Amino acid sequence: MTTAGEKRGNGIIGVLPIALAAALFVFFFSQISAVSRFGPQMVSVPWVPALDVQLAFTLDGLSLVFALLISGIGTLVMLYSNSYLAGHPQYARFALYLTLFMLAMLGLVVSDNLLALFVFWELTTLTSYLLIGFGHESASSRRSALQAMLVTGAGALALLAGLILLGSVAGTYSISGIIAQGDVVREHALYVPILVLILAGAFTKSAQVPFHFWLPNAMAAPTPVSAFLHSATMVKAGVYLMARLHPALSGTEVWLWTLTILGAVTAVFASVLALRQTDLKLALAYTTLMALGTLTLFLGSDTEYAITAFCTFLIVHSLYKAALFLVVGCVDHGTGTRDAALLGGLARAMPVTAIAAGVAALSMAGFPPFLGFIGKELKYAGALAVASEPVLVAGAVLVANALMLAVAGVVSFKPFWRPAGGALPDTPHEAPWPMLAGPVILAALGAVFGIQPDLIQATLINPGVDSILRARGEAKELHLWAGVNLPLILSVATFILGLTLYALHGRLRAVLTRWDEAAPHFDTGWDRLLDGLKAVASWQTRLLQSGVLRRYLLTIFGALFVTLAWTLYARSPGIPALSFPDLELKHWAIIALIIAGTIEVALTGSRVAAIAALGVVGIGVALIFVIYGAPDVAITQLLVETLVVVLIAVVMLRLPHLDENRRRDWRPRDAVLGAGVGVVVTMIVLQVLAQPLDTRLTDYFEVTAWPEAFGRNIVNVILVDFRALDTFGEIAVVLIAALAAYALLRTTKEEVEK
Amino acid sequence: METLIAIAIGILTAAAVYLMLARNVLRFIFGLLLLSNAANLLIFTAGRLTQGAPPLIPKGADIPPEGVANALPQALVLTAIVIGFGLFAFALVLIFRAYTGLGTLDSDDMRVAEPKEQGR
Repeated sequence: MTTAGEKRGNGIIGVLPIALAAALFVFFFSQISAVSRFGPQMVSVPWVPALDVQLAFTLDGLSLVFALLISGIGTLVMLYSNSYLAGHPQYARFALYLTLFMLAMLGLVVSDNLLALFVFWELTTLTSYLLIGFGHESASSRRSALQAMLVTGAGALALLAGLILLGSVAGTYSISGIIAQGDVVREHALYVPILVLILAGAFTKSAQVPFHFWLPNAMAAPTPVSAFLHSATMVKAGVYLMARLHPALSGTEVWLWTLTILGAVTAVFASVLALRQTDLKLALAYTTLMALGTLTLFLGSDTEYAITAFCTFLIVHSLYKAALFLVVGCVDHGTGTRDAALLGGLARAMPVTAIAAGVAALSMAGFPPFLGFIGKELKYAGALAVASEPVLVAGAVLVANALMLAVAGVVSFKPFWRPAGGALPDTPHEAPWPMLAGPVILAALGAVFGIQPDLIQATLINPGVDSILRARGEAKELHLWAGVNLPLILSVATFILGLTLYALHGRLRAVLTRWDEAAPHFDTGWDRLLDGLKAVASWQTRLLQSGVLRRYLLTIFGALFVTLAWTLYARSPGIPALSFPDLELKHWAIIALIIAGTIEVALTGSRVAAIAALGVVGIGVALIFVIYGAPDVAITQLLVETLVVVLIAVVMLRLPHLDENRRRDWRPRDAVLGAGVGVVVTMIVLQVLAQPLDTRLTDYFEVTAWPEAFGRNIVNVILVDFRALDTFGEIAVVLIAALAAYALLRTTKEEVEK
Repeated sequence: METLIAIAIGILTAAAVYLMLARNVLRFIFGLLLLSNAANLLIFTAGRLTQGAPPLIPKGADIPPEGVANALPQALVLTAIVIGFGLFAFALVLIFRAYTGLGTLDSDDMRVAEPKEQGR
């Protein structure tokens, strides 16, 4: 981020993503009238027909709201990044990740197939990982990236299981098909497992307590990424999923209580912690948690007020929060710090930023005539409409909103209008226009929609509410002035409480910091969890991977013995009777020779004896081949045995004795295992011999050897004609072995000479 | 005879396993040789034994006479013998090379790739 770099820009790579995002925004914008007038727009392309996976896309009210937010804020963020990271050596990579993310996120919100949705879901996790870890030189960036990926990825595994269960219960993976039969899902025995698994995915993605800790850490990403992914869009994927499946899953006690309680806890917990932060970006991160909690809370209910509040707050929050993140980026860029304690008096040097920040913050704080005010009124109406516990829910919303107001003051009022708390690293200067466009436009929209709520009522809110409630015309109207009613009174209470909190925030922060440091930390808990995992992994590796050859072999032969013995025991009809008909002396003699040689090799301490005994065994086997009509095999066997003995003898001249004292080698444990494997192998051979022999292949070779291959020695014909390629492979193996042996011997020579 | 050979195969395998579990890698390679002999015998025997009738087609005939030995396992065993020899030769050179490089034939002491951890 050098000054020279800012002037240079990023060329075509900087402009392309902006153009793409803008084109997508224009496209989705042009769909507004079709969606609001004619209902969902659908496109479908077969993808994996065998698994009933279609690339089916639906654009209904809910999808459209998200798609517009993603592509619209995407355009502004791309424009912003092009200046914020101007001349960054890896800007092309950054732009690619960001564009990929945007496309994945759009895919997620328009998918009409559960599995396609899941693929897009994981793509957003991956691109989020890459973007958080964009500053990969810093260890904390890498840690945060990995943490975000592991938390959301673990949730995604649960989600996948939940989606598959849901698909099999409903008999289709089409989302529109599933939400059309919500009663089937709700009454199914697997409803609770499905709900738990899907909510695990949604809660990790949308950072609900107790999975919230990854989101503040994700602020390691460059600020435009935080604005885009970790505030306006990606973290809302979980909320989107809950809204999408609302018709199929909501309306039960489990749904209501889980979402209401966790949403409320997250909202209050996060807004308290937000006030504790001094880093502006972290403060915003916690207010994002608060917003996600509130959105979850509203989805718990299915009253029209709650859902209208959901849709409105979704839009309000994305507008002001993205604007504020971008403002923080401007402040960071202009002053070199984001520390709320230092910053102050920036309004003179950065007037445009200050005004944008002020407008966005007023919307966030819920002052009239901004959209945030309408959102807040609806929140209270929605909270009061939660039939079971209106006081509790409204109380939670009241506390969270008041804290929000205080945080808005800390983030957007104090740095600009109050005196500075200390010396700033850089002389404050205004950001270039592409970085101002985002905050200004987004903040202005919050004001325009506030004054003219009709602009979004029919176009976005109504279709959005309709698609969640699956009915038309259920949405409540947005009013700036709805008369003196309970929500208005609550609003006034919020202002009083919020302003008091802001006035006291310095002292409150000190108290909160003390509490926070005393309380157990999720983040350190996470570290301990990972350390535990690593300890288990290394313990298990030490256990399995001893690095001692004999132990590996012991495991292999042990496993071989157990599986073979078990199979024999379970499958065999019984031990076949041993019978030795028509045996002549020569047969007994050969077998005796082989057995004697074998035992001698196994036990001897002398290498000469071992070589001789090996020779005896080899010749014994060759004799068997001779007797039973295999002269070719016997010749080869004799040849190879001779070579083996010669080779061993040559090498042995250079090697030490088997044992210095030529003792017998006796290891009882190994002998038991060896005997076990030997017995099992004998049993298997006997079983094989008891089965009828399938001679089709032999018959074929016998009949065709002469007429087709013109050979009278059938074994030779098989080797050089029918299975010529195998023989070629065999020759290649021997050649490779020879070459490798030669290479080894040559390096030995060099080493000896050295 | 099949039964007797089955027992011999079992004993060969038992000795091979026993030898391959030894610390001395030369014993390991003896085990390898016995194991390949056992495998060859097993393939050969599984195709049934026919005494004194090699699978040849006499002059003037198109097919071999009734009751010749099964040609297929013989062809397989031939290939197996040669490949087994290639494996043995390479393993032997490898052992030789390991000895000149590491100065030991004890597989427990060959810990270059997986060194012993501290305190174990």
